Amino acid sequence: MGTLLELKQVTAGYDGDPVLRNVSFCVEELDFVGITGPNGGGKTTLLKVILGLLKPSGGTVAFSVPRRDLFGYLPQQNTFDKQFPLTVEDVVLSGLLSEKGIWKRYTRDDRSRAGALLEQYGLGSYRNTPIGELSGGQAQRAFLCRAVIASPRVLVLDEPTTYVDAGFEREFYDLLPALNRKHTILMVSHDWDAIRSYGKTVLRVDREVQEIHV
Amino acid sequence: MAELLQYTFFQHALAATVLVGIVCGLVGTYIVARRMVFISGGITHASFGGLGLAWYLGFPPIAGAALFSVLSALGIHCLSRRQRVREDSLIGIFWSAGMAIGILFIYLTPGYAPDLISYLFGNVLTVTRPQIWLIFGFCCVTLLFFVLFYRPLFYTAFDREYARTHTFPGYVPEIGVTLLIALTIVLSLKLAGIILILSYLTIPQAIASLFSKDFKRQLWISPVVCVFVSVTGLFLSALLNIPSGAVIVVCLLLVFAALWLLRLLKPSAR
Repeated sequence: MGTLLELKQVTAGYDGDPVLRNVSFCVEELDFVGITGPNGGGKTTLLKVILGLLKPSGGTVAFSVPRRDLFGYLPQQNTFDKQFPLTVEDVVLSGLLSEKGIWKRYTRDDRSRAGALLEQYGLGSYRNTPIGELSGGQAQRAFLCRAVIASPRVLVLDEPTTYVDAGFEREFYDLLPALNRKHTILMVSHDWDAIRSYGKTVLRVDREVQEIHV
Repeated sequence: MAELLQYTFFQHALAATVLVGIVCGLVGTYIVARRMVFISGGITHASFGGLGLAWYLGFPPIAGAALFSVLSALGIHCLSRRQRVREDSLIGIFWSAGMAIGILFIYLTPGYAPDLISYLFGNVLTVTRPQIWLIFGFCCVTLLFFVLFYRPLFYTAFDREYARTHTFPGYVPEIGVTLLIALTIVLSLKLAGIILILSYLTIPQAIASLFSKDFKRQLWISPVVCVFVSVTGLFLSALLNIPSGAVIVVCLLLVFAALWLLRLLKPSAR
């Protein structure tokens, strides 16, 4: 199994104030990297650097395949506009954004893929429902469908069970082993039990990154 | 009513109302979905600075309004993206600066400026044939833009950060729609005026959202509603001899209120 991405001496932050300092590590194919650490320690900053949302002020991030084909991203639940007029199917299909670009239209096959995923994650009957009408757990499942529809190599999960009920939390964790058989997973979480149970590599981020052996 | 259609000025007014209705319906759907109503208010009022300056310098006021409108739209968009200044502060700055510049130059221009009043409150009956062709061309560009870009446009609007993780060039449709918003506002000034234009960009969309929560459907319901109600309002204003812009806005409000009440009274909506 090869290395998918490598961070070398990365320093990153906001307005000249570094949040992460000299961070170096590699992510191997089909690894499950659990990322934990205190609030303000730089977990989300680390994800932003990896996802290309934040340019590091020092160091390099190298990818073994083009970045646009690499990531499926499941952001925190509280970040979306519940009033936005999009159906659940539209949200899932938006995961094909880089594959389709600006001009290409969705094919029948794309819609079948979205439909099959929604069925798989128990949302088959919600295809045409506005995304804002789903419960927290259902919306998170829809966003998970969006993250995996393009079959990304790396699945980035940013505190995936925050703001959802305990039932969905259990259900979500049960999905992780099957997802990890297809995708490398980077998961930020405060849930130490989940990190310890599923993480093959565990990183503690507090300005610097330290690998923890569990 | 048939008699009204024999007058050239009314034919022009009717054509402009239909075309502006289509454009405002489409662009407004994006504005409301993106919660950009306040930004649009800022751009609208900033355009008044251009009107005043062009009037002072002897240029066509609409050209000055277009320049200020585009510059303020791009200014708010770019400066807020850099996150140095809060977006609502920027809107307030452009809003008040535009109005101040406009008032100052109108004061400095000798004589009375009756034409500027039609830009404040709208007077669609004064639309000329070249202006209709201009609005027609812009309407075609807007339709084409939404046909080509509606999908990436709305997906980027829904979750910009997610789009960026796909290295998607979200700025292409974003800059495009920012320019469209600015020019829509300018070309609609004759119909609604600076004071009333926001109603054209929000009420038809509010009506459309009573029927559907899907942007694809809202994209056609909203222009249909806008055109239908605006044309009704135009005829009413001509028959009653009262200002068209205000009548159209009142008609839009009445339709919204009636449909909203009907929806409340429907047992399934409770």
